[in-house]
Amino acid sequence: MAAAAIALSLAEAAIPSPVPGIKPGLANIVVLLVLARWGFRAAAWVSLLRVVGASLLLGSFLSPGFFLSLGGALASLAVLAAARHLPGRWFGPVSQSILAALGHLAGQLAIAWLWLIPHSGILYLVPALAAAALVFGVVNGLVAARLLDQRPVADAAPQPVP
Amino acid sequence: MLRVIRPGDWLTLALAALLVGASFPFLWSSERADRAVVRSAGRVVAELPLSRDQSMRVAGPLGESVIAVRQGRARVESDPSPRQYCVRQGWLERAGDMAICLPNQVSLELAGRGKPYDSISY
Repeated sequence: MAAAAIALSLAEAAIPSPVPGIKPGLANIVVLLVLARWGFRAAAWVSLLRVVGASLLLGSFLSPGFFLSLGGALASLAVLAAARHLPGRWFGPVSQSILAALGHLAGQLAIAWLWLIPHSGILYLVPALAAAALVFGVVNGLVAARLLDQRPVADAAPQPVP
Repeated sequence: MLRVIRPGDWLTLALAALLVGASFPFLWSSERADRAVVRSAGRVVAELPLSRDQSMRVAGPLGESVIAVRQGRARVESDPSPRQYCVRQGWLERAGDMAICLPNQVSLELAGRGKPYDSISY
């Protein structure tokens, strides 16, 4: 699954983006799927493996972009750790995706503020980035929910991650 | 497709949309500027109120720069710099806006009651 996430990241890297840093985050669909099927630990592994693996393959390992990605991933995982406890009847992958996307943005802003640009000017980026996070969060959540819908999560016992 | 969205998801979506929507006016509102600060060689030589139309000449190493204030806006009207970056900046309207004529060591900055940031550094 981590490989699938990395592949999505690579494919996505080819898509030009109007603003550096705004990406559809397609690999997060995989994370949401893994979260639903195999639980949080597996999802965390997939997410972090994706960040490291994709950055190694794209040549951005240990670059500022890598740390931004890592900060975003850790923050969004923290949000997911809390969000997964939301009652499943009411909240599904769409909520998880939206919350994780906003968490991702917050994590990246924190890294940017603390390390890269300690300047209140970065707040000017927030509305645009937050809108993008919301839109892509919804889209990714819908895709993940749709995929989960087609293959019901029938397994009660967690399986080892393939 | 809408079938996979659960009731709570709509709530999350609404709250998130509210949050994102609120961030626009909250973070993107520009401060009203009430004066133009003119600097020469780094020192403030004048603070012109934007309420009164006026022109001001500032002397620098290369010659004279002319600052113009019209209808609550300010600009560098003319300047002896070779590339005219500060003149091409055009009208400054919001607090924090600035035009810098580096060769002539003249700068124009709009200030309001509270500036969005104290200084720009890289």
